[in-house]
Amino acid sequence: MDITVKDLGDGVAVLHLDGRLNMVTASGLRDQVGTAVAGGRNRIAVDLTKIEFIDSSGLGALINGLKTARQAGGDLRIASPNEQVKLVLQLTNMERLLTAYDDAETAFIDG
Amino acid sequence: MVVLDQTTVTERRDLAKRFLVRLLIVVTVIVGINYIAWRLFFSLNWDAWWIALPLVLAETYSLIDVSLYGLTMWRSRPRDAPAAARPGLTVDVFITTYNEPVELVIRTARAALDIRYPHLTWILDDGKREDMREAAEAAGLGYITRGDDWKNRPLHAKAGNLNNALMATSGEFLLILDADQIPLPEILDNTLGYFDDPLIALVQTPQVFGNVDDNDALGSQAPLFYGPIQQGKDGWNAAFFCGSNAILRREALMQLGIVRYVHEVERAVLKALKGAAGVLREARRTKGAADSTIDAALGKVSTAVAATRVAIAAGEPLGSATYQLQRQITEVSRGLVADDLELMARDIEAIDALRMGTDGDWDAIIDVGQNIDALAARDLSPLGAVTSVQALLRSIDVDRSDEAQPLMPLATISVTEDMATSMRLHGMGWKSAYHHETLAIGLAPEDLGTALKQRLRWAQGTTQVLLRENPLVQRGMSLAQRLMYFSTMWSYLSGFAAIAYFAAPVIFLVFGVLPVNTTAFEFFLRFLPFIIASQVLFVVTGRGIATWRGQQYSLALFPIWIRACTTAFANVYLKRPLDFVVTEKARQSGPNWNLIRPQIIVAVILAIAAVVGIVRLILGIGEPIGTIINVVWVVFDLIILSVLFPAARYAGYQSEESPR
Repeated sequence: MDITVKDLGDGVAVLHLDGRLNMVTASGLRDQVGTAVAGGRNRIAVDLTKIEFIDSSGLGALINGLKTARQAGGDLRIASPNEQVKLVLQLTNMERLLTAYDDAETAFIDG
Repeated sequence: MVVLDQTTVTERRDLAKRFLVRLLIVVTVIVGINYIAWRLFFSLNWDAWWIALPLVLAETYSLIDVSLYGLTMWRSRPRDAPAAARPGLTVDVFITTYNEPVELVIRTARAALDIRYPHLTWILDDGKREDMREAAEAAGLGYITRGDDWKNRPLHAKAGNLNNALMATSGEFLLILDADQIPLPEILDNTLGYFDDPLIALVQTPQVFGNVDDNDALGSQAPLFYGPIQQGKDGWNAAFFCGSNAILRREALMQLGIVRYVHEVERAVLKALKGAAGVLREARRTKGAADSTIDAALGKVSTAVAATRVAIAAGEPLGSATYQLQRQITEVSRGLVADDLELMARDIEAIDALRMGTDGDWDAIIDVGQNIDALAARDLSPLGAVTSVQALLRSIDVDRSDEAQPLMPLATISVTEDMATSMRLHGMGWKSAYHHETLAIGLAPEDLGTALKQRLRWAQGTTQVLLRENPLVQRGMSLAQRLMYFSTMWSYLSGFAAIAYFAAPVIFLVFGVLPVNTTAFEFFLRFLPFIIASQVLFVVTGRGIATWRGQQYSLALFPIWIRACTTAFANVYLKRPLDFVVTEKARQSGPNWNLIRPQIIVAVILAIAAVVGIVRLILGIGEPIGTIINVVWVVFDLIILSVLFPAARYAGYQSEESPR
């Protein structure tokens, strides 16, 4: 899985993920969120458009990222999951926790 | 003419045997109900209700116990060997340790390195020992210990140790080994095949001990459990995870962690919002009216809290709802001029004190109701009310900041995290398998004190699960699965029944009070079929395994079982630590009779009662048949208790090759 980080300014960073977010790649996401938050960008939008597969370890990395961002006074949001990812979010009840935004670039538009 | 080949013959024989076992189960339960119903409704001596009732309750307990055993045996049979392990799977082998000697852990770890299927081996050192780390690195092993996140947060013992390691590794499968369980090289080859079924989350293999002789004075081996009973549970898709010698699917554990996390967060947030609404209401009622600015601020926060509750009830995700609310509250409190800063500082101190006072127990920390009560009792300033609501909401935000990591896949509700975890996995629709082949050889305790402590721990953990997540009311599991978990918990209640079984004959022999109001003929007519059927059931389903010692221990260790129940109860409902009762010091040398003092006292009382009964009979006061029955009963009780005498005198394992 590839991760591209885009800085939108005002403490917002977009993480574009590409590939499979699973037990092997989860730690990569965790590290990237950590780096972003440490660099003062505590509002993280995770773009899932190009994620073709996610497992529970991948969800775990998102939750860990949420914790990191929240503890720094920010937030983590997810955007545009595909059908498989949506299904996983539903099955694990994660949709009770995280809103899936349409577009990562605008996920933090309301603050 | 039909020619039967060999397999058909074996199959038919199996079917016939199965039919007989089931017939026996049905007969046992029927004659048991016949006996108990008669005891309850037609033969209870109400004049001596104080012993008659406890005794009939104990007997009802035993009937339920035998029935649950029967249900377990209904589908008990060995599984066929699984398919060969597919190549290319990734496996992490976890060796958990806390304070075991470094050499012992390394010995296990070296054996783990020799496991044939490709894997990574990790030592999970909860003791954070430098020499352990060095030894692990020297042997080329992975070494994992808790990080800074765990500081000042609940450690959750072994469950926490495993949860910590789960986050640091990435294998699809995990083999869990206790530090003293030496694996055989084929352990993964012979078990990974089960996971071809994508719903299998767990494969448990037996726990067998190498340092136990044939007499097994301490009753360490559990051949009935790691055999017919686990196979029986397996028949209902309810084989338990027993903490070691088991292979788990990471995806199942992680999914469990996610689902539990969302569940816990939702519960905590709803509770916090409800509590916050209460504090605000109270603050506005008592103080708000005095100052209109503050009243307005409190009003704004109240509205925001109420709106959040409505939004969450309407399905708004918790993440965004709590985020918005916190921003709103921050804004309101910023707008307030803190003219009573000093008062506010005091409030914050009080809140912090409350949070510190909860000693890191997750349940205690999220027990917002308690905190709210305490806050309301303290005379908070109105500004303080806003601040305290904010602090409360923050303390139970979606980041679960009271825990070292948000995901806790291994259940932390019990010291027997294994059973609690497999129950949750079953509740989510995962399957388990029990693989009946010795693939690891462990070390059993070598003195009675340690053995008893271990039994106490298991019983405490099991009771904790019963009290915190009663399997009978867990959704997601079939009725049979619920009963399989309940059955194990039920068996730990035997301590209370044992007291009635010891007391009843003593009371008759000494005072002549009979709890049963009947003739000997009527009694035996109903009692004998039940007791005989039960014993035959044990013998047949035990398939040649001696079940008697297990029956002895289940009654003879009654003080342990009772203590487990009371301490677990105090832990779950009164938040007292489990080891509140100080355990006896390990033995120095020679037999440690102290450990079994209650049983010795009971044995002496039983023996005296028998003598008194016989004297009463000779003097013509005692009733002959009753005396005979009760003396036989006393002898039976003494035989039960006698299992402890060699146990207390046990001097440890003497290996044949190297006598110590």
